[in-house]
Amino acid sequence: MTANKGKVVSINGNLVSVRFENNVSMNEICYVNVDDTKLKSEVIRIRGNIAQIQVYEMTGGIKCGDEVDFTGEMLSAQLGPGLLGQIYDGLQNPLPVLAEQAGWFLERGNYAYGLDSEKKWEFTPTAKVGDILRAGEYIGTVPEGPFTHKIFIPFNLLGIYTLKSVAEKGEYTVNEEIAVLTDERGRDISVSMSFKWPVKRAIKCYSERLAPVETMETKVRLIDSFFPVAKGGTYCTPGPFGAGKTVLQHTTSKYADVDIVIIAACGERAGEVVETLTEFPELTDPKTGRSLMERTIIVCNTSSMPVASREASVYTAVTLAEYYRQMGLNVLMLADSTSRWAQAMREMSGRLEEIPGEEAFPAYLESYIAAFYERAGCVLLPDGSKGSVTIGGTVSPAGGNFEEPVTQATLKVVGAFHGLSRERSDARKYPAIDPLISWSKYKPVTDPAKSGFCKNILLHGDEIGSMMKVVGEEGTSIEDYTIYLKAEMLDAVYLQQNSFDSVEANCTKERQRYVTDKLVYILGSEYALDSKDDARSFFNRMRQKFIDWNYTEFDSEAFAGAEAEIDTMYADGQGKLSREAELLLKGGE
Amino acid sequence: MNKVFNKIESITGNVITVKAQGVRYNELAQINTRFGKSLAQVNKIDGDVVSLQVFAGGQGISTGDEVRFLGHDMRVSFSDDLLGRIFNGSGEPRDKGPALTDNMKPIGGPSVNPTKRILANRMMRTNIPMIDMFNTLVVSQKLPIFSISGEPYNQLLARIALQAEADVIVLGGMGLKYDDFLFFKEELSNGGALSKTVMFVHTASDPTVECMMIPDMALAVAEQFALQDKDVLVLLTDMTNFADAMKEIAITQEQVPSNRGYPGDLYSQLASRYEKAVDFDSSGSVTVLAVTTMPGDDVTHPVPDNTGYITEGQYYLKGGRIEPFGSLSRLKQNVNGKTRKDHRILMDSMIRLYSSYKETLEKKNMGFSMNRWDEKLLKYGQLFENKLMDLSVNLTLEESLDLGWQILADCFQKDETGIKSDLTDEFWPVK
Repeated sequence: MTANKGKVVSINGNLVSVRFENNVSMNEICYVNVDDTKLKSEVIRIRGNIAQIQVYEMTGGIKCGDEVDFTGEMLSAQLGPGLLGQIYDGLQNPLPVLAEQAGWFLERGNYAYGLDSEKKWEFTPTAKVGDILRAGEYIGTVPEGPFTHKIFIPFNLLGIYTLKSVAEKGEYTVNEEIAVLTDERGRDISVSMSFKWPVKRAIKCYSERLAPVETMETKVRLIDSFFPVAKGGTYCTPGPFGAGKTVLQHTTSKYADVDIVIIAACGERAGEVVETLTEFPELTDPKTGRSLMERTIIVCNTSSMPVASREASVYTAVTLAEYYRQMGLNVLMLADSTSRWAQAMREMSGRLEEIPGEEAFPAYLESYIAAFYERAGCVLLPDGSKGSVTIGGTVSPAGGNFEEPVTQATLKVVGAFHGLSRERSDARKYPAIDPLISWSKYKPVTDPAKSGFCKNILLHGDEIGSMMKVVGEEGTSIEDYTIYLKAEMLDAVYLQQNSFDSVEANCTKERQRYVTDKLVYILGSEYALDSKDDARSFFNRMRQKFIDWNYTEFDSEAFAGAEAEIDTMYADGQGKLSREAELLLKGGE
Repeated sequence: MNKVFNKIESITGNVITVKAQGVRYNELAQINTRFGKSLAQVNKIDGDVVSLQVFAGGQGISTGDEVRFLGHDMRVSFSDDLLGRIFNGSGEPRDKGPALTDNMKPIGGPSVNPTKRILANRMMRTNIPMIDMFNTLVVSQKLPIFSISGEPYNQLLARIALQAEADVIVLGGMGLKYDDFLFFKEELSNGGALSKTVMFVHTASDPTVECMMIPDMALAVAEQFALQDKDVLVLLTDMTNFADAMKEIAITQEQVPSNRGYPGDLYSQLASRYEKAVDFDSSGSVTVLAVTTMPGDDVTHPVPDNTGYITEGQYYLKGGRIEPFGSLSRLKQNVNGKTRKDHRILMDSMIRLYSSYKETLEKKNMGFSMNRWDEKLLKYGQLFENKLMDLSVNLTLEESLDLGWQILADCFQKDETGIKSDLTDEFWPVK
């Protein structure tokens, strides 16, 4: 390859302008030579013979006339076995390797290969010589942790190929030749177990995109029963600071019913990444019984790391997610927080002196957000299996105001909205998802009619609650007051959930169905209660019993015991099932 | 090697441009004006037109003044000689001591590799009950003190500086009133803490550009001490002035403002400072406490709002007290389980009762009649505010916990507190 070089002509923050001579392509990667280091950069605008590049590092020390090497490649992720369990920065440099090379700090110009090039993998060929193959089909497998990692024809090979030779079963490193393909013109192409894919392009090697129908269990009752997320769907979690966005994502990443979780810590605190790093290797994946870290990849670009690679980090993460989806796995990608990603775009847009849109965000904000969430989806793969990428993004709206551009642009494209509210988090009601503003287009794990019944009680209770603030308890009828108490109880025993208790936090769909039935039974009944004091004390005691029940292991003796106590309590209160609830429960059987 | 130019092309506010070649981005230069020398830093290069922000401000600079490029970035001298000294935003002494030029370290260095950090799990005692008992400060935590103008935030910082269990204190003052600067100097020397303190002070009358340098200087020094196994506490006051200085420079340079005139990178700029808070794997630590005044008591103002997303909780200073409701130390769970077994439950119960007291107070103010329980709560609230919340209270954690039990016992019966009976049996004071 001929060396394509340019020279720096101006510097403004992390935006550098370069004069070039040969051809340069948009989004091409180049390196700025400063003293002995090379700083990775990306071309983001070309005008005449000037390319404007964003430097992924701090730009101090660059001077006019410094040489720039263009690579001809776009920003790419290295795909292959060995991605699971890794901790990457936004450009897919493994952080532990960087720590070995540079010590405490992330020194600039220090890069490392995304995969372990020494490690040998046990390869088993599945394709035979002479097979006709296309990109996205596989030639063999290697075991990676609990999964069977498929070795694909690289996604960037666009033609139809004949397998000329394939390696025998045995141990190979990721970069050794594993097969030779012959293309339609008879040329030979050598492939290894790993290849590169440009992160900003979606991987489209599937037969068909399917509608997301299967619900992804998060084990959070409020989400699964009321505002569910489907495998292959998208959802967003906006909320003011301190409302528990990160804790909620953390819980989801532990308990979600998926094969692989990819966490993109984008512009957030380093301390939170450290928490995940410390905690995950100790926890076991309920599905495979192995360490949770074996199903997790962390892509972290914390708030003090360079802004340009923050923008890249969400793309790197979603590319890794799509890669594992191609193996027929269900992947959940969590981005915390997409607002920081949008802000990174805003910073660059400001330096490019583009005409600003609302709140100085660039005009293309909405289309970029939409394109990012569109990379989620449930797909039918060439071999007939199904895989999915689910994307959940948190949003950190300025001042906790959901009217701002990032939240609004996100709400347009996601399938579920979990809005966290300051009122609920101040009242320590966690998860602080506000049931009155959230919504979901997906199917809950429980019977929708029953969830609807419960939601109605909540709405009605809220109305009575706000009325009571005006007229006082005295001015409220006992019927209304009972509904208010029922709503309070529902909130306390079902919507609120302790994410730090392993039984309580891990509420399966079977249990959710069972408990919902019980709730419909109890909330759908009339009781013989004479005064408001009676009513209050009855529901307080009932609530206590229910909370105790929540902490017992499902289908255990303690579970049955606690349930029996609730039934006794119900009999004491002379509960009588209403017609509506009776029909509902019958319909469910 | 040093290049000298004496043709200044333009002067706008604190920013000048000169025609020069071979200049590096962020390089420092020295300008000789008729009022003396000043440092300036390159913040934009366009071909041979170099923009510099002048630390001493643009006033009095002549187009014929000499600009000498120094060939290096902003740096700060680091050694134990720093202790007890006071500097300005250019790194020059503010006290009568000598200038320090040994062992120069760059400021605003790269961020710490997350895999080299460890989980924050050590308590930093301050002997202020509202902090130690209710919102424990943890080593390597970054916490702002949200406050409105007029609150005694500098007094609070000075007390923390005197009482906190830290090996080294680094104080960064931005836009300080001169009286406040004198106050800090006097408090620290009277309290005997000056010998473990380094101060970087920019007063309200100093040039704006120097204000922007203060956090980087303070944190660079703190980081160096931390790498020498020291637990360092960095106190910054006031970060809103820092943000305003950034706004001023950004607008002078015609950057597109994003929210209320602040530059679009406000979050990243604040974060890169706060994220210097770190507990190094097998070395020292940096803890950051920063005052953020909220203009108009508005927590949704861009500075407190962005800060809240970056930091690990916040202390609200209101009415001369640390508010128990808005304040939150996100890392307190990491430490308050291993202090004393009654710590958590007492913390929760006392706050719950205090919130009932607030409700009762509201009822009372609206003219409703008070029952016996209400009277008890009113008594409790008064005691709580006077004996624990008052900022002048100086008690160790254990003393505060004991006092907490005493206050409960003075107002309530055991079973009225909602605390599990095995704990009340053990800790309830005998009359």
